[in-house]
Formats: sequence, structure tokens, C-alpha cells
Amino acid sequence: MFMILGYPAPLMFGQLLLGLINGAFYALLSLGLAVIFGMLNIVNFAHGALFMLGAFVAWGLLNFLGINYWAALILAPLVVGAFGVVLEKAFISRLYKLDHLYGLLLTFGLALVIEGLARNEFGSSGVPYPIPSILQGAANLGFMFMPIYRGWVVLASAIMCLITWLVIEKTSIGATLRAATENAPLVQAFGINVPRMITLTYAGGVALAAFAGVLAAPIYSVNPNMGANFIITVFAVVVIGGMGSILGSIVTGFGLGVIEGLTKVFYPQGSSVVIFVVMVIVLLVRPAGLFGKGA
Amino acid sequence: MFGFSRPQAIAFLVMVVLVAGAPFVLYPVFLMKVLCFALFACAFNLLIGYVGLLSFGHAAYFGMGGYVAGYAAKAWGFTPELAILAGTIAGGLLGTVFGWLAIRRQGIYFAMITLALGQMAYFFCLQAPFTGGEDGIQQIPRGKLFGLFSLQSDLAMYAVVAVLFLFGFLLVHRVVHSPFGQILKAIRENEPRATSLGYRTDSYKLAAFIISCALAGLAGGTKSLVFGIATLTDVHNAMSGEVVLMTLLGGLGTIFGPVMGALIATAMENYLAQAGAWVTVIQGVIFIACVIAFRKGVIGVIADKLKIHL
Amino acid sequence: MTLSRRSLIGTAAAGATLPLAGHSARAQATGTIKIGLLNDQSGPYRDTGGTSSVAAVQMAVDEFASKGFKVEVISADHQNKPDLGAQLASQWFDRDGVDVIMDVPTSSVGLAVAGVAKARNKLHLNIGSASAELTNGACAPSVIHYIYDTYMLAKSTGGATVKAGGDSWYFITADYAFGKQLQSDTTAMVLASGGKVTGSVAYPFPGTTDYSSFLLQAQSSGAKVLGLANAGGDTVNSVKQAKEFGITMRIATMLMFITDVHALGLDVAQGLTLTESFYWDMNDKTRAFTKRFVPRSPNNYPNMIHAGNYSAALHFLKAVTDMGVPAAKASGSAIADRMKAMPVVDECFQGSIRKDGRGMFPAYLFQVKKPSESKAKWDYYNLLQTTSGEDAYKPLSQSTCYFLKS
Repeated sequence: MFMILGYPAPLMFGQLLLGLINGAFYALLSLGLAVIFGMLNIVNFAHGALFMLGAFVAWGLLNFLGINYWAALILAPLVVGAFGVVLEKAFISRLYKLDHLYGLLLTFGLALVIEGLARNEFGSSGVPYPIPSILQGAANLGFMFMPIYRGWVVLASAIMCLITWLVIEKTSIGATLRAATENAPLVQAFGINVPRMITLTYAGGVALAAFAGVLAAPIYSVNPNMGANFIITVFAVVVIGGMGSILGSIVTGFGLGVIEGLTKVFYPQGSSVVIFVVMVIVLLVRPAGLFGKGA
Repeated sequence: MFGFSRPQAIAFLVMVVLVAGAPFVLYPVFLMKVLCFALFACAFNLLIGYVGLLSFGHAAYFGMGGYVAGYAAKAWGFTPELAILAGTIAGGLLGTVFGWLAIRRQGIYFAMITLALGQMAYFFCLQAPFTGGEDGIQQIPRGKLFGLFSLQSDLAMYAVVAVLFLFGFLLVHRVVHSPFGQILKAIRENEPRATSLGYRTDSYKLAAFIISCALAGLAGGTKSLVFGIATLTDVHNAMSGEVVLMTLLGGLGTIFGPVMGALIATAMENYLAQAGAWVTVIQGVIFIACVIAFRKGVIGVIADKLKIHL
Repeated sequence: MTLSRRSLIGTAAAGATLPLAGHSARAQATGTIKIGLLNDQSGPYRDTGGTSSVAAVQMAVDEFASKGFKVEVISADHQNKPDLGAQLASQWFDRDGVDVIMDVPTSSVGLAVAGVAKARNKLHLNIGSASAELTNGACAPSVIHYIYDTYMLAKSTGGATVKAGGDSWYFITADYAFGKQLQSDTTAMVLASGGKVTGSVAYPFPGTTDYSSFLLQAQSSGAKVLGLANAGGDTVNSVKQAKEFGITMRIATMLMFITDVHALGLDVAQGLTLTESFYWDMNDKTRAFTKRFVPRSPNNYPNMIHAGNYSAALHFLKAVTDMGVPAAKASGSAIADRMKAMPVVDECFQGSIRKDGRGMFPAYLFQVKKPSESKAKWDYYNLLQTTSGEDAYKPLSQSTCYFLKS
């Protein structure tokens, strides 16, 4: 057996792969945050709560309506997206002209309310959600035992990232959207309903969070705190990638997953703090993050 | 004196009377907590309200002050004034290092870098042996002031806390209304112009940052002696969020706002405790209501109504 | 006398008025015993104690036949903040005339409240915290730690598993005081029983959601038993992912409640070994208790913390009856001594309280049933082994409690 840095190679390969899988979640979650920040200039602290909501909607669909995982993968983001429309119309739309601070505080308040209500309704210890039957089991990769479901997570998340990137960077809708963030009155003058477009962007961003929530339901405990555990890390991913940069958050999401995975081998206690060390270093060297434009 | 305007001087006198009289009406331990948080919020307000720097990791200095003061009092047998001084210095030193790194960035990036540094401080406190990890430092003795006066009774301790609070409050006010404070405000309004006038803006920002952190350490150290405990709650990022809430509730950039905000937030935490399961929901609703309807904060609204500065 | 639910709520509301210094001793004058229950009602430990613990204490009070004094129950959410816990505790003792503070999960808050109780010579009955420090370094004459601690969990789960052939261990440990203590206590027990520990990994707490990396490290260590030295949602996540990654090791969850098993579902939880000092389906008495408890707490069956709160409240009220209200109010250590002198006998627990404040009740090692074995709602456990109270807890000779020496 050959060794890498004093550890057996199979163990290291396994850890790299696991890092990529976690990175897939980071990428998907930070993608939604980046879209919302890039287009609305809102730091959406409620993202974790909406991720959690996605998982609970999937659970509710299965338990009360008998709707399976695959349908939930489409329905849950739609339900949460619709909820996002309500949130945007009722609260967030009032803050676009104000400092970032207020958007952050408002969405933080929203997160507290959503999580608090979920705890009162479902308790804190969570609810079970099974892995869909065709994705059960595992493949032996030689160096590790790879659950099929995790492979699916990476695949689904990579596809979703690609679609989002293509829509925003390569289609005319995306171009209009980007133009609207640069100069809303001008785009409005072309006869485009900018407020509605912004509302839908927010809905799209939170739908991505809900999609990640459904993906996470079978492997993480579905409980009201599940989003709160992620949000700070995902936040860091967005900042490191360059706030608002779609490509930045995708690349950083996967990259940080790998770095975190390796830290779990060498210094497991430090695996949650390593991301912040990276964040400080990156901000000191590149003020606007890895892929950001200007400070 | 201290650059108070007439309405401010009147408000200050009212506050002093209230601080002096309150322990005979309200529960002293509760009041001491309010005063510690009020001092912490005043320190935070110095940065956000007068320099325009949003520090999102201020719990680091508050909590570190608490740990160092607690450890000094318990393990080294420091008298309370020396223990609190040690906490203040710890907050200031940590602020010097973190501030030196953070002030190179502006706006939301400054906030993010302070957040990350705050997380690192939390990690340090979790790992370092002297903090007692999750259990924290427990049963810290209040000791005898100058080795003479026992602070065991709540009223004696309250007197010390009240004096420290008023000292900190006046210090912040004095800093803001000194020539130094004027330059800070100039930086907040337009940093490039301040630079072109020949001011080394980074040095000014760093100085303000250090003062704020030292005061946060003072508040944290005092709090750990009041309660006899120093735990991870005080270095956690939720505490950083709470001090933002306090300042916002009371009114950003007003002198009395943070004090009022600390009073409201602490009272809320106290009484909501009895609301049991609804705590987080109610807190969230208050957050939302503040941002949507009362962005100027309680003191800001009052000051607007009376057309004065408070 | 009985207290209706409404009057309980009214009491809680009255407690929520401004903390006036003046109206302190009112409760004392009328000879009312006041129980204050302080726990997590909105955070991660809500389901292990929370409002169900309040319901359990209220049930004990309601069922306790009138002995010529009134009993009031108030409760509050400490939000897992030690400073808030300490402040509420001192306010309750100093101002509101509370005679005993109960439950208090989360060791940092439990230790803080114990400190407050000790300084005032007031009674603290800790049910929810795990730290064995409460009867060692942080012990006090007026503090009783009722139904479990880290030493007992280690002894029961650790010792018995080695005997059953699980003699090599690997730990996945939450990197905080509780997790580390659980790991070191279990390690000692495994070594003493002739087993060995091949390694361990500490992960950041709180905030870790993915355990796959640690699980693979555990698997590659070659140990037979995976010890999970963590609690709550962390345990749930790690068990779920161990199943997903096909971990073939025997999993010992060092702290798990039936409420956690319910959250996992039997599909995933089957085969886990764990220790509790109470199971609702143990005998006729526990079933009778559960039948009355469930209507008061409709979402869950009782775990050992809920039952422990019931039993502790009942035992406390018996001791108060025995010594009279004025004497009980006068001194926390006197009432604690009386509780230690009387045997604990009720539907949930039979045993005693040792002089260091340690509740001495049997520890049960359970294995979680297969879905096919479970015949009814919440029918989850098979009893593997019983460790008597004397064997389950740290012997007095090893205690570091200061007042034992005098």
C-alpha cells in the first residue's frame, strides 16, 4: 500500500472524494446566495432556513400525500420558491435602497421566525426521510465504499450549477437580468417589468436552496437546525468566491469542500475553522474574493 | 463639559439618577447585566455609528475579556479591579492584532473579515485549556475591591459596575467629541477626502478599533465577575449579532441609543425566557419589525420627535 | 390540591412581570412550595426535556395528594445560555421565593445553576445534564444529580459491550467538554474490562453535519465497535450516515434517548446499543405512568429525563411533607439531606440518593429493535443488561467531592 503524507493512499482518495461531495452542497447553496446577492444586493441570511424548509416540504409530501422523492425534487423548490415570492414582496423589496446591514438583519429575523415555527411544529430531534430505493446501496471503488446516493448528489448538484450558470451568463434572460442590476431604470425603459424580475430572481435563488434541502434530506437529519449549521460556512464560500460571482461560488464551493475534507484527516478539530482562515487570507490578498470584480 | 449639548446633558443626568436609583426598585443582577451589555453596545457603536465600520465579530473581544478576567480572578487570585483591567487589556491586544488585519478592507468586506476573525477567536477559546471548553470557567470569585471591600453583596458589585459603565460611556462620548472624533467622522463621510487632507486614515481607524475592543473587553470582564462564569456564549457569533441588534434597536450613532437598546434586548431575553418555546419566533418578529418600521431605533425616533441630538 | 393548566400559565405570566426587588418573600409567607423548572424549550435539546419535562413535573404535583401546603410550578427557557441560566436562577431564588430549581440540561448551564444554588444554600435537582462534575469537582451539599451521568453511560455501554465481545473501539467524539469526558470515561471502562481502543477522532462542535470522513477513518481502523461520544442531532446524523456508508462496526451511541430513536426511525436505528435509566415499556408501573403522561405530552413518549423530572419532583414533595414547609424552605442542604435519607420509590425509579448527591438507580443497556420486532408505537428497545446503581456510578472512594472528606 503506498502512502501520501504518511496516510494510506486509499484513505486519502476517499477523503478527497468526500470533500467533493460536501463541496457539491456548498456550491449549490452558495450559488443561490450569490445569485440573490449579485442581482438584489441582499445578503440572504434566511437561506439556511429555506434550505431546511425544502427538506421538510419533501418530508411532508412523502408522509401526508405519498409523493415520492423524485417529484419532491421538483415540487419542493416550487413551493419554497412561491414562499420566496411572498417574502420578497412583503419584506425584502422594501430594503433595496438601504445599506447591506438592514437586508442582513431582516433576513436573519426571517430565519429566526421560520426556524422557531418549525421547532414548535416538528420538535428539535428531526424526522426520518429514506433514501429512494433505486439509489440505495453502494459501489466498491477499490479505495472506498461509495454510496450511490452520494454520487447522485454530486451529479445533480453539478448539473444544477451548470444550468444556473448558463441561464445567467449565456441567455438573453440572464443578460437582461444582469443589465437590470447595473441600471434598472434603463432596462425598465425597454418595457421590462424589473420589480417582477427581481422577485422571480429571489424565488429562483431560494428554490435552489430548497433543491439542496431535498438532496440533503436522506443523508442529514431533517431537523429545524439543519440550515443554521450550514449557513455560516456557505456564507464564507460566497465571500471567498467573490460576492455575487456565480462561477466563483461554484468553484469555491467544491474547492473548500476538498480543503475541509483534507483537514478532517490532518487536524479534525480544525475542520470548521479552516474555512475562515482561508477567508481571511483570501480577503487580505484579493479584496474582492477570488472571482470578484473590484472592492 | 465632555462636549454635551444641553439636551444631552439633561438626558445624561436623568440616566445617572436612574442608574443610581434602579437597584432599589429592580433586581440588581438583572441591572448589572444590562449595564455590562450597555457598555459593550456603546463600544460597538463607537465603530459603527461614528467611524462607519461594521464589526461582525465583536463578541471575540467581549468574550476574551471575560475569560481573561475570570481566569485571572480565579486561578491567579487577582483582586477584581486588576482582573477587570486584565480583561480590558486582553480585549485591546486582541483588537490591535485583528484590527490591524481588518482595517485594510472596507464595507461589507470589513464586516466579513471581522466575522472570520471572530470565528477563529471562538475556535481558540473552544480549544485552549484555560477556558474550560464548553463548561467554561465556573465559580469565579468576585473577591474584594482593592483587597478591602467585599463585592459579595449584589449592591456593592452593582456600585462597581455602575461606575465602570459611566466611565466607559463618558469615555466614548469624549472620544467622539474630541478633534480625534471629528476626524473619525470625516473618514466615515468621505475617506478619500480625509486622506487627501493629509490624515493617515488607517491609523485613526485602528486607534478607534482598539479603543472599542478594549471597552468590549472591559464589559466582558465585568460581566464574568458579576455572574461568576465565563463561557463560550460570550464569544459566539450569536453574541456578535446580539450587540448589532442592541445598537440598532436603540439607534445607530446616537449616544444613548446603545444603552436603551441593551436595556430592551436584555429585558426581552429575560421575559421571553418565560414564553418558553416561542422565544426565537418573537425575537425574529422584533428584528423584522425593527428593520421594516423603526430603522432609527428608539432613541433615534425620540430625538427626531423632539428635534434634538441624543 | 390540584393546579389546572390555566393557573400554571397564569403563574408563569405573573413571574414575567418586572423583576421588582420589593415583592420577594410573598410566596414564603403563605407556606407555598415553589418549583422552578429551567431547561431548553426552543433549541436543540427541546425534545429531550423541554415542555414535556414541565408537563412531567406538573403531573407529579397534581398527583401528589394535598399535605397541607400549596405547590406552584414555574418554568423558563434558558436558551442554552449559561449567563441567562445563572441570572434566572438567582432571580428565582432571591426574589421570587423559588425553593428548588429542576432539570437544567446542557452542562455549562447546569454547572452555573449549581454554583448559584450552592452560594445560597438552595436546592438544585439536576436531571438533564450529563456532566459527572456535578457530584465531583462542582458538588455541593444542596445539589442532587438524579438519573444519569457520563460515568454511568460509559460504565453501562462501555463495560457491557466489551463483555459481549466488542473489545476493540474507535471513537468519534464531539470536540467539547461533554464529548471528551464521555470518551475518556468510556476508554477507562473499556481498558478495565480487557478491551482496547484503536483510535479516535474529535470533530468540531457545534456545526458539523457531515460525518462520512470520520466514519471512513473509523472503518479503516479495524476496530469492532464504533463509539459515538456525542448527543442529539449529531448522533442522529452520524448514525444515519454510518448506515449509508455501510459501516459494519457495532455502533454504541454513548448518549441517546428514545426520542432520538424515534427521530431516526427503526430502519436506521436498529441494532444500536445505548443506555437509559428508564424505559416506558419496562413493567406495569412504567406503563401505567406512561399512560397518564402521554395525554399531557402528546407528541412523545417519556424518556429518562421526563420520567426523572416526575420522580424527582415527587421525591422532593415527599421530603417536604416529611420535614414540614418552614424547615424545607430554610435550608437547601437540609432538604437535600432528607431526600438522601429517604428511599426513592415510585412508578419510574426505585433506589436512593447517595450522600454526594448522586442518584443511585439501575442503568439499563438496551438494543434498538428491528422494524419487524416492533409491535406497537414506540416499541423500540430490547433490554440487554442491567447494571445496579452501586456498580453503575463512580465509587465514593474515587470521588473528588469536597464535603465528603469533612
